[in-house]
Amino acid sequence: MRKIRYWSVTHAGALLRIYRTLEWGMIKLDPLWRRLGYARIEKPLTSVETVIKQTLFDCKMCGQCVLSQTGMACPMNCPKQVRNGPCGGVRGNGHCEVNPEMRCVWMEAIRGAENMPQPSALHNTQQPLNHARQGQSSWIMTIKKRSADREST
Amino acid sequence: MNGKLAHLFAAGEFIVTTELAPPDSANPDDVLQRAAVFDGAVDAINATDSSGANCHMASLATCVILKQHGYHPIMQMSCRDRNRIAMQGEVLGAAALGLRDIVFISGDGVQSGDHPGAKPVFDLDSISLIGIVKTMRDSGQYASGRKLTGRPDVFIGAVDNPFVPDMDFRVMRLAKKIAAGAQFIQTQYCFDVPVLKQYMAKVRALELHRQAAILIGVGPLASAKTALWMREHVPGIHIPDHIIARLAAATDPKQEGRLICREIMQALRDTDGVAGIHMMAYRQEECVPELIRQSQILAQRRMPCVTRNSVTDLITH
Repeated sequence: MRKIRYWSVTHAGALLRIYRTLEWGMIKLDPLWRRLGYARIEKPLTSVETVIKQTLFDCKMCGQCVLSQTGMACPMNCPKQVRNGPCGGVRGNGHCEVNPEMRCVWMEAIRGAENMPQPSALHNTQQPLNHARQGQSSWIMTIKKRSADREST
Repeated sequence: MNGKLAHLFAAGEFIVTTELAPPDSANPDDVLQRAAVFDGAVDAINATDSSGANCHMASLATCVILKQHGYHPIMQMSCRDRNRIAMQGEVLGAAALGLRDIVFISGDGVQSGDHPGAKPVFDLDSISLIGIVKTMRDSGQYASGRKLTGRPDVFIGAVDNPFVPDMDFRVMRLAKKIAAGAQFIQTQYCFDVPVLKQYMAKVRALELHRQAAILIGVGPLASAKTALWMREHVPGIHIPDHIIARLAAATDPKQEGRLICREIMQALRDTDGVAGIHMMAYRQEECVPELIRQSQILAQRRMPCVTRNSVTDLITH
């Protein structure tokens, strides 16, 4: 739903705050996840992530989520999947060259980034996508990484 | 770095590149026929990579044919049709065949071409690809980390479009491309000099023009009708109304289009930070030498503009 996607960009800052709170809680629960086993929670949590992110962002579950850097606009909705955009084909009205009814994903990202605490994150150079991670949960990856980082400090 | 473009840029010469649409044929003479019209007028010739997602002879092959006959080709490589395995292999192959100047682009969507049912690959975007090629050249390894036994000595090119939104973000993205490894930039058509001047002011503020040769795209418009069609149908083309009005009012629109083009070329030559022009005279290629001569943009060149080396030069070099 494009309308919901645009709404999410408008409320990028609030959505990021909600996500950060959830992430904080999930990291706190790391001992519990470990007792249950990450392998066991992976499937249900991936399903939850898919439903939420598909609804709000038309997420494609690339497994390497950059929403927190791109103003909550998912670059995988760009027909060229440009992760360092926008391309040179943006129309004068800010719409997509391939899909004229759709606003350019990167013009949306610029709009959303203004509502984020760190707008400059939009300028980060994104590394090539690892297609082997398609369908995997970005959340679990982040929780595991943050928990490990916390332990090592 | 031995490439011709690198050499001209380092010498501070005003550079002229142009574009050749590879033929829909397997005959090398068709390539040479298209190149011959540029003789004596340009420094290098881009061979596009199925631009507009319309199928044509491969850029690599076109470039090799050009090179064999003394021309200096610029290869183009689009992310639309190949994945990272194919592209890295092709960079090695191109460098092995003596192609030094390569432009890396994301490419047009397949929907705009003659095979809209084709699978759009877009495994990488242009900035990722540029980063990978730079790693191959400077660190001698593939994106996977596996070592190369010979590095591709490539002068890395990229494209930009200063005339589409978001204007402020454009220059930041150009900076990102240059940081990733781009050493020369060829832009989309410039029909709006004031907008270009604003763009160049931002480029100069970030000193990007010192890190990469910025070549601005130019080309003659054949008529008001063509201009309107291009504005409507070709992605990323910005033509101001006053240009279209001038073409519509002219008794000889073709000549008016060429006059507008010359005026823009002269304005670009006098704009700080512009390293040269990239002439795209689609279906008017024959007028390129005349446009360059009449515009006098090369009047101050110290090094001669050599489009085609003689066969003796090829043997001795």
